Amino acid sequence: MSKKILEIQNIKREFRMGTETVRALKGVSFDVNSGEFVTIMGSSGSGKTTLLNILGCLDKPTDGKYLLDGVNIGGLERNELARLRNIKIGFVFQSYNLLPRTSALENVELPLLYNPGIPAKERRERAVHALESVKLAERLNHTPNQLSGGQQQRVAIARALVNEPVMILADEATGNLDSRTSYEIMALMQELNQQQGKTIVFVTHEADIAAFSGRTVTLKDGKVIKDCQNDNKRSAKEVLSSLPVSDDY
Amino acid sequence: MNVINLVRIAFKALQRNKLRAFLTMLGIIIGVGAVIAMVAIGQGSKKSIQDQLSSMGSNMITIRPNSNVVAGARLNAGSVQTLKIEDVKAIQKQAQYISAISPASSAKGQAINGALNWPTTIQGVSPEYLDIRAWTMKDGVAFTDADVTAAAKVCLLGQTVVNNLFTGGESPIGKIIRFNKIPFRVIGVLAQKGENAFGQDQDDIIITPYTTVQERILSTVYFQNIYVSALNEQMTDTAVAEISQILRVSHRLKPTDIDDFAVRTQRELINTFSSTSQLLTVLLTAIAGISLVIGGIGIMNIMYVSVTERTREIGLRMAIGARGIDILLQFLIEAILISITGGLIGVALGIVASRLVTIFLSWPTLISESSILLSFLVCAFTGVFFGYYPAQKASRLDPIEALRYE
Ligand SMILES: Nc1ncnc2c1ncn2[C@@H]1O[C@H](COP(=O)(O)OP(=O)(O)OP(=O)(O)O)[C@@H](O)[C@H]1O
Ligand SMILES: [Mg+2]
Repeated sequence: MSKKILEIQNIKREFRMGTETVRALKGVSFDVNSGEFVTIMGSSGSGKTTLLNILGCLDKPTDGKYLLDGVNIGGLERNELARLRNIKIGFVFQSYNLLPRTSALENVELPLLYNPGIPAKERRERAVHALESVKLAERLNHTPNQLSGGQQQRVAIARALVNEPVMILADEATGNLDSRTSYEIMALMQELNQQQGKTIVFVTHEADIAAFSGRTVTLKDGKVIKDCQNDNKRSAKEVLSSLPVSDDY
Repeated sequence: MNVINLVRIAFKALQRNKLRAFLTMLGIIIGVGAVIAMVAIGQGSKKSIQDQLSSMGSNMITIRPNSNVVAGARLNAGSVQTLKIEDVKAIQKQAQYISAISPASSAKGQAINGALNWPTTIQGVSPEYLDIRAWTMKDGVAFTDADVTAAAKVCLLGQTVVNNLFTGGESPIGKIIRFNKIPFRVIGVLAQKGENAFGQDQDDIIITPYTTVQERILSTVYFQNIYVSALNEQMTDTAVAEISQILRVSHRLKPTDIDDFAVRTQRELINTFSSTSQLLTVLLTAIAGISLVIGGIGIMNIMYVSVTERTREIGLRMAIGARGIDILLQFLIEAILISITGGLIGVALGIVASRLVTIFLSWPTLISESSILLSFLVCAFTGVFFGYYPAQKASRLDPIEALRYE
């Protein structure tokens, strides 16, 4: 039995809007083990983003218990949460969120700048290494507007990887990409998961993207309605090679 | 979080928007440049006035008639005549704290040498006058007490008069010139002195015994001024008191009467002009200071816009581990970098501007280190003060909302 990276028990999240209360999460519980590739599925408004924000320590649950890598998040204050986000979590967003007019390398270096005790030389080496692992070694000095959407998302993934987090959280990371580029991103995710043993929690509402993961948690109206292992997990690499050849990638 | 990294982050953020950073700086650049140039001009003129006034002899005392109350009406200073040779003699005899004394009466007129003529001033004085003013002879000899007694028609010429009456370069010594039709023999030429603190040409003058002016030109027994040298600078105040006392007795003033003369020291003159130029400096600096504040408000404005514009960036930075204090410091450092860089450019600009003023307008300027230091500190303070609120606003953003911001 491998180590539990995250444990959530009966997580609730309520938003107060004037007199109304929106109950976005109504008691969600599950664990994620080290090395797992989990997708969170669900229709729009089912609470996926709300859940992911809590898992990523950007938000705190109204109620319930959350252990990240054995640490109880409930008792921590703002600055400690920021530190956890920095060293334990790598975020990937739907809209990349790269700094404009800033090279890929500098974008990837960014999390390391908030991590004291990493000397400049090591910072650079690690950023280059992370970009190599997303196959962008040739694009170090390109700025986001000189990169395609898929390449920008790979820079964002490199940025998520650079601090060697225990887990990567992705919210609709393929949402802005065409299906071919989406498969490329999923192939990269599978590679990171299988070869480097990275734990990945990936939010999507597309079933064919979820099919690349090992396990799918399905939310509906703020509750888990299905949580099952994927028996016929697909390989994104194979899907890619079966697509008509194009000279990109 | 170490500060070096934050400086790096702030620097890169500014680099991404160089033109805007520069435009934001412009207010500060102009403000600081103006402060430095204005203070330099103010200080420069103050110093040159002081230098010139004290070069006239810092222990010089000037006595002039004062506007006196005549039948209830105050007359202006020029129209009253109270100083006579008896006053000079009384001071000469009784005063202990003085080393030299010379009455003075002057007249304007036309000096003529053959076909050349020149409008100038003739000043009738005693031989001691040259010592009091610390003037020296370039050529020839000064007149003597015997010339005074005889009301001799001899004179000393200032360089400007020489230049205008003796254009051929010949020596004026021994020549006869006419002033208001009266012939004078030139016995000496004064060394060149240049302009005084008020821009008057001190070489545009003819010096002659006071008796000559009184008897042959003005037909008067009064003097316009009496010049006195105190024994030394420290004793000027004592000498002034002593002279006042002697003059009150000599003028037979009752204890209730106000002085019908005024005794002023060179130091008073220096103080008067210093305080005038001090006021000028304060005014100029205030105007410059206002532009510095406007520069600061410019920084605040741009930083606010920048925080709003970069809300997503702030959200992202928080998501990847920046704490509130990191964001606060980043924006604060950005503001300080802008203001300090602007300040440095402004200092350079101010120095260059002062130099140009000296070169092209030949106004004296004096760049003081304290004004550089002060405006630099004001800049840094401006950065902190006007950058703080936008930075605080940025640091208080909620990461989720910031990330979602469109
Ligand atoms: N800040 C908020 N204030 C009020 N209600 C909110 C807030 N954030 C989310 N909600 C509500 O919580 C519910 C879940 O929202 P969430 O963003 O988690 O859905 P989602 O599953 O990510 O949907 P999508 O697939 O469209 O991204 C929605 O009903 C939403 O209106
Ligand atoms: Mg969502």
